[in-house]
Amino acid sequence: MRRVYVLWPVLAAGLLVGAVRPSSAQTADVESLRREIEQLRKELAAVQQQYDQRLAALEARLGAAQSAPAVAPPQAPATPPTAEVPPGAAGPGTPAGQLPVYGAATAGSKIFNPDIGMIGNFLGAVGPNKGGSETVAPTPFMTLQESEASFQAIVDPYARADFFLAIGEEGIEVEEGFATFPALPGGLLVKAGKMRANFGRLNAFHNHTLPWIDRPLVMYNLLGGSAEDPDTGIKDAGISVSRLIPAGNVFLEATGELYRGDSGTLFKSSRRRDLAALGRVRGYVDLTDQTNVEAGVSYVRGHNDLGSDFLTELYGADLTLRWRPLSRAIYRSLAARAELVWSRREEVSAFQRASGLYGSLDYQFARRWFAGGRYDQAERGANASIRDRGFSGVLTYWPSEFSQVRGQYRRTRFGDDGRVANELLFQLLFTIGAHGAHPF
Amino acid sequence: MRVTRSIITAAAIVLLAAWESQAQNKLNVVTSTEDLASIAREVGGERVNVTALARGYQDPHFVEPKPSFILAVNRAGLYVAVGRELEIGWLPPLLTSSRNARVQPGASGYLDASLNVRILEIPTGQITRAMGDVHPFGNPHYWLEPGNGRLIAQAIHNKLGELSPPDRPYFGQRYDDFDRRLAAAEKRWDAIMAPYKGTKVVTYHRSWPNFMERFGLEVIGYVEPKPGIPPSPSHTLDLIEEMKRQGVKLIIVEPYFSLRTPQAIANQIAGGKVLVLAPSVGGMKEVTDYIQLFDYNVNLLAGALKQVTGK
Repeated sequence: MRRVYVLWPVLAAGLLVGAVRPSSAQTADVESLRREIEQLRKELAAVQQQYDQRLAALEARLGAAQSAPAVAPPQAPATPPTAEVPPGAAGPGTPAGQLPVYGAATAGSKIFNPDIGMIGNFLGAVGPNKGGSETVAPTPFMTLQESEASFQAIVDPYARADFFLAIGEEGIEVEEGFATFPALPGGLLVKAGKMRANFGRLNAFHNHTLPWIDRPLVMYNLLGGSAEDPDTGIKDAGISVSRLIPAGNVFLEATGELYRGDSGTLFKSSRRRDLAALGRVRGYVDLTDQTNVEAGVSYVRGHNDLGSDFLTELYGADLTLRWRPLSRAIYRSLAARAELVWSRREEVSAFQRASGLYGSLDYQFARRWFAGGRYDQAERGANASIRDRGFSGVLTYWPSEFSQVRGQYRRTRFGDDGRVANELLFQLLFTIGAHGAHPF
Repeated sequence: MRVTRSIITAAAIVLLAAWESQAQNKLNVVTSTEDLASIAREVGGERVNVTALARGYQDPHFVEPKPSFILAVNRAGLYVAVGRELEIGWLPPLLTSSRNARVQPGASGYLDASLNVRILEIPTGQITRAMGDVHPFGNPHYWLEPGNGRLIAQAIHNKLGELSPPDRPYFGQRYDDFDRRLAAAEKRWDAIMAPYKGTKVVTYHRSWPNFMERFGLEVIGYVEPKPGIPPSPSHTLDLIEEMKRQGVKLIIVEPYFSLRTPQAIANQIAGGKVLVLAPSVGGMKEVTDYIQLFDYNVNLLAGALKQVTGK
């Protein structure tokens, strides 16, 4: 109510200012003044009403709080814990008196800790033939292949940071660690740090978000796989810049990325200027509320292990079709994916031209169940005369959003020795900590 | 010929540019759900363009962060979120990739609608995911109570006035009008629901605590054993026993859940009934705005309660 009394003098002052205006335009002024007063009166009434409502809401809340079970009375503010100066440390130039104990009274600062999550990726494999080649790492009988720790938070009004540490059997690797600048002018989205490159669709996926246990052959053979590294893909330190291209209701995004030029067995930087460069354009459109299609083309080039004078170039095309009926979104969905990669690797006297592809279909037939299949084939990037072929059938069960059990039958015919690997793979994924975003 | 064509093209470009600039004059408001969109339309009227991302008949916890949503958020001058971690699985990546500084959390164009409303079921003490997908900041389905709807409208009104000061009186007028209509409707709803105060019901998910508290109904159990966990046989049997013991006949289900288990439960109970209510605007075809949301639910619920209680 007091606000009303405060506003009256303001209103009076306004009137006064209006009254001392020159008289030539007086009639018009009086009219406009009248309107202004009317306006002010209305606003005043609105403020008054709002005030009353707030008061009522507060009273209601107070009433609710009083009827609720009594909470413990706030404790008297404790004096911050302190410690004595250790006896040996006394002397001139050293602290005297009571020393503050750090970390004890800083619980409030914990709210700025990043969101922390941990994902365990436990794998098992059985089958008469172990599988594996010089590009595909064989899966052991049982392994905690990867534990991924994630730390994510907003840095300041201009940036956010995401760290993903992959802890494997051999050691720890920063799988990704980058800052994103979402508030730049010009509609640019810039990332800087170590990233999985935006080549094609699958390369940017983390292992635990894949619709299968393994990655398709094309990623091992053409994107830098090796027998030692079970997690293949182009990942390097660099900068990514992307921008939306205005195209009405079609989502069109162009991305350019620059990397140091070291990634698995694909790129090797022997000089500082042996950079790797990437370009990608992707388009997305909603066909209906429940069906959408996404297509992209990508290109990346870098220097290969033969030296600075030898380039490897990759061209990629990808297509994803998704269907999810919105009112039954948690029970049914379908995703069809296809991706093609062509590789041109410069060698001493000629080019190795290799290509590979995969096509897959995943169908969710119940709230917790998914079934899928994948066909893949790929020539090897360093030796295009060898072509590996594979087929997989996958069944996934989701106890909850935070764990996943998966079985995969994988049949691979390796091109170098005609060897056929029939393998059954198992996976248990389990997530603790922060609720991550759902992959799309 | 060529001249004519270029004149037509030029005219088309000018028209398009004019249309575009006119569209840009209005404030673009993007909301997470259709409920918030409806309230934003009530307050903003024709001075704002309002778009909702999630549809009312879809589970708001599981919305896919589609790139087309990035386009919508990219053009937004104001983003209104439900908050309380309802959108935790899909909104953060949308905001980050929207390339829109205005609507980043903490910026002036980002409004968390839950900040001033009455939130129920805020967990106290230790919480773990053994309790299912619990929301650590309280139940996010708070819009299902008209009083909270008014508080949301107030927050949107303040925010719109802040973003577009010349339109403040207009928004004020629209808010007052909405407030008046809502108050009148509340009297109507209270009168319809009055005879059924204290009646016990079962719901599928914990979507209705604010609604049930407002109209004096008591929820004695859920079809889900824990939030976000699908029904299990043992829990279903326990629930049937409990419903029989307490004489509960009505099971309320959201339109995006399977009716199989609720129907099976209802079949085990004499006079048992399954009722699909709209948890959001757009949840049913006829529910096109916030006041109709309650009109629809209250009328349907009162009809069903009359049947099962005989009052």
